[in-house]
Amino acid sequence: MSIGADSELSAPAIPPPVPKPLEESALRAFWQQFASSKLALTGLVVFGIIALAAVFAPWIAPQNPYDLAQLSIMDSRLPPGEASMDGYTYWLGTDDQGRDMVSAMLYGLRISLMVGVGSAVLACIFGTCLGLFAGYVGGWVEGLIMRVVDLFLSFPAILVALMILAFLGNGVMNVVLAIIVVEWAYYSRAVRGTALVERQREYIEAAECLVLPPRRILFRHLMPNCLPPLIVIATMQVARAISLEATLSFLGLGVPITEPSLGLLIANGYQYMLSGRYWISFYPGVALLITIVSINLVGDHLRDILNPRNQR
Amino acid sequence: MTTWLLRRILQALLIVGAMSVTVFVAVNVIGDPVEVLISPEATQEERARIIANLGLDQPLWKQYLNFVSDALQGSLGNSFVYNEPALELVLSRLPATLELAVFALLIAILVGIPLGLYAGLKPESKASRTIMAGSILGFSLPTFWVGLVMIMVFAVQLGWLPSSGRGETVEVLGVRWSFLTADGLQHMLLPAVNLALFKLSMVLRLTRAGTRETLSMDYVKFARAKGLTPARVIGVHVLKNIMIPIVTVLGLELGSLIAFAVVTETIFAWPGMGKLIVDSIYVLDRPVIVAYLMMIVLLFVTLNLIVDILYSVLDPRVRLESRS
Amino acid sequence: MTAASVTDRTSPTLEVQDLKTHFFLKGGVLRAVDGVSFSVGRGKILGLVGESGSGKSITGFSIIGLVDPPGRITGGRILFQNRDLSKLSEKEMRQLRGNRIAMIFQDPMMTLNPVLRIDTQMVEAVLAHDKVSKQEARARARDALGMVGIPSPEERLSAYPHQLSGGMRQRVAIAISMLHRPDLIIADEPTTALDVTIQAQILAEVQKLARDHGTALIWITHDLSVVAGLADEVAVMYAGRIVEQGNVDAVLDRSLHPYTHGLIGSVPSQNRARKRLVQIPGMTPNLLDLPPGCAFRSRCARADSACEEDPPITKPERDHALRCFHPQREYAA
Repeated sequence: MSIGADSELSAPAIPPPVPKPLEESALRAFWQQFASSKLALTGLVVFGIIALAAVFAPWIAPQNPYDLAQLSIMDSRLPPGEASMDGYTYWLGTDDQGRDMVSAMLYGLRISLMVGVGSAVLACIFGTCLGLFAGYVGGWVEGLIMRVVDLFLSFPAILVALMILAFLGNGVMNVVLAIIVVEWAYYSRAVRGTALVERQREYIEAAECLVLPPRRILFRHLMPNCLPPLIVIATMQVARAISLEATLSFLGLGVPITEPSLGLLIANGYQYMLSGRYWISFYPGVALLITIVSINLVGDHLRDILNPRNQR
Repeated sequence: MTTWLLRRILQALLIVGAMSVTVFVAVNVIGDPVEVLISPEATQEERARIIANLGLDQPLWKQYLNFVSDALQGSLGNSFVYNEPALELVLSRLPATLELAVFALLIAILVGIPLGLYAGLKPESKASRTIMAGSILGFSLPTFWVGLVMIMVFAVQLGWLPSSGRGETVEVLGVRWSFLTADGLQHMLLPAVNLALFKLSMVLRLTRAGTRETLSMDYVKFARAKGLTPARVIGVHVLKNIMIPIVTVLGLELGSLIAFAVVTETIFAWPGMGKLIVDSIYVLDRPVIVAYLMMIVLLFVTLNLIVDILYSVLDPRVRLESRS
Repeated sequence: MTAASVTDRTSPTLEVQDLKTHFFLKGGVLRAVDGVSFSVGRGKILGLVGESGSGKSITGFSIIGLVDPPGRITGGRILFQNRDLSKLSEKEMRQLRGNRIAMIFQDPMMTLNPVLRIDTQMVEAVLAHDKVSKQEARARARDALGMVGIPSPEERLSAYPHQLSGGMRQRVAIAISMLHRPDLIIADEPTTALDVTIQAQILAEVQKLARDHGTALIWITHDLSVVAGLADEVAVMYAGRIVEQGNVDAVLDRSLHPYTHGLIGSVPSQNRARKRLVQIPGMTPNLLDLPPGCAFRSRCARADSACEEDPPITKPERDHALRCFHPQREYAA
């Protein structure tokens, strides 16, 4: 890494030992390690398919479930495999409004993934910045931030989210906000822990000797080395966010009825479970399940590989 | 030891105090219960009367002070919906939630620890791999969906177990418990397993990680070098060491189980605190929400304290250092 | 003395013949112990010397049968009182461990279980091999503590490991190893983690115990000065093989292998004032997939193409064996 114009000195006395950038071979070694678990590979592939399906939902879905004009109440609650009036086969049945389950699920998947990934990413950014800052600065600032983190972490996610949504009401952005509030603390704690360790290392000391601006030290030097646990946590949190959103929507406090996520679809079909019309709840549930499990399989294996004890 | 204990109790009280403020402020800016409770046809007078009755016309800080003074006398206001004292309402539902949570915790421990121990001792065996894969499933599956499937399979299709509600209760010490009746246990089985699933997976993984770590320790090798039987090495040396982190985690998990019961209780129509809070949030029954949250805070803080004490009892290094 | 074996007093307590212990890793085969042979007589002390990674600890673990997968003994014989330990079942080995063969580890803090009391850990060692009452076992534990020079043993028994000092803990470990008056004790760097003064005390204790009870002792260490004062015989290990072994005076005063020579030269006390310390250049080789031939040749000033073959064992003196094509001719000062 070049120091260049940022340095106050004309030339460094000793070139600082900087963290190795990910070289070609390191990436390949990482991929080999990852691919060694068939389970994780399967998870990755499955999730890839799901993500693609969600992104291209408007093009793949046979029917637009939000377009009321397309729905026919006569077709409601048909079991899987039944044909509609127009001769179109509902592979997974229809729900109580006559929506084709496949289409509803694809669109629902879209919402679920959007909310889940979006909130996890935003929480990650916010939590990481705060954690890096706390770990680097130290002192009472760090102490204060970590106490707040502890407070947030000691309360069960579901309760906090419920309260926030009761406050804000339904809505996609509100759910995203609620999940961010619940999740940011995990990132902060993990990042701050790693930052504490890395902070002691020589390369940071060297960077400080060169009077590099703190922001540069933080982001170019410290953060890349805090990445491994962050990646693991982010992956698991995406799954958690998706699950949380589904639960909240199921309880009626999540996304609005007009844009149902998988959780809401399940809630809609809940009442029909006892009368034997299981497919309205069951299939969205399976879709949700596969999504979450595939992400967790990837995240679990990542955690095994990126475990610092295995690395050093 | 006593100074440490006193300090912890003081901390706990402070937290409870801080939380009461937070809870009160937060709850009182949630929506407008007036709209919810008072029918649109009510006259101005009736509205004014109800508002004054519920004390909603006073400034926030005054409401808070009233709240605190009432609280210290044991009253947290009356439920807007049921018109009963909120605290008593919450407390009346506590036994149901408590027995569910404890039962779930027991399941998690009694199944999770042995399985985790086995997976840690023989990590490469087929059974272990299956167990670990299963544990991923266990913490991935959303609780509410599992509950639905369980109802579908066990109650609807097979008809083995009831699908909702709490069973017959028996009164012990002035409180109604359902686990003492066969019917009660039948009703409790599905929701308890549902609630336990997530925790079970976590306990299992924790136990396995702890076992793997402990097995690589020198003192285990030394125990073997002494010629001790594997049963003793695992049963005494390994187990005692892994119990410490597990017990501490479990203590905290009981609290989160009680909170998580929200979902399970809703699905299985279990008349506990969880269902109460969800219903109360729907109708913005503020006193009940406040009472519930305060109960939870109190519960958490107490559990934390107990866990700290337990930790110092179990780990002699901590106990003896704090004394000197 | 409980030994029921009918070994005559002249045959060695332990005879290791061409021991090989290999680790089967993803990256290849690690030949941690690659053809090691030595013997230890009754009441004799053998110093097993080498740097970390030389395979000396694994040799010790191989003898007592505590090599865990992915490693295992792949060849050779370990004759203990004329029984081949490498062929025994786990149950039979367990009956010997702590009983006829004992081991002392390096770090006493991690050797004793931190959450169990000292008396628990000692009593269980007694009860593992003798069917006596708990009181009797405790009494024997107390006696053992006294034997290793621990004052007020009763108090120590009720204590936890972290309440004792490092030297004390190691004495406890030695006491545990002596509980059943074993015929062989393997001590894996037991004084490395301790102060020099404590080290001297413990060395003296152990020597006395060995002499008084006829216990054979293998003292594994990287510290030559310890071996000089303690052992009767010494074996120098490098990269899984013994490169020089024999009577301690012969090896130390008249060392022939370049590695031994280097080791001795690098000990400060061996040097005359103001002479530069001899340093062995280079680093221990990666033991994974070690190429054939003399493993030391990458660091040896005297190496040549002949060293690409495995050097044969030569005996320049009685009680002095060597594995080298180009032994030193000058002796260490």
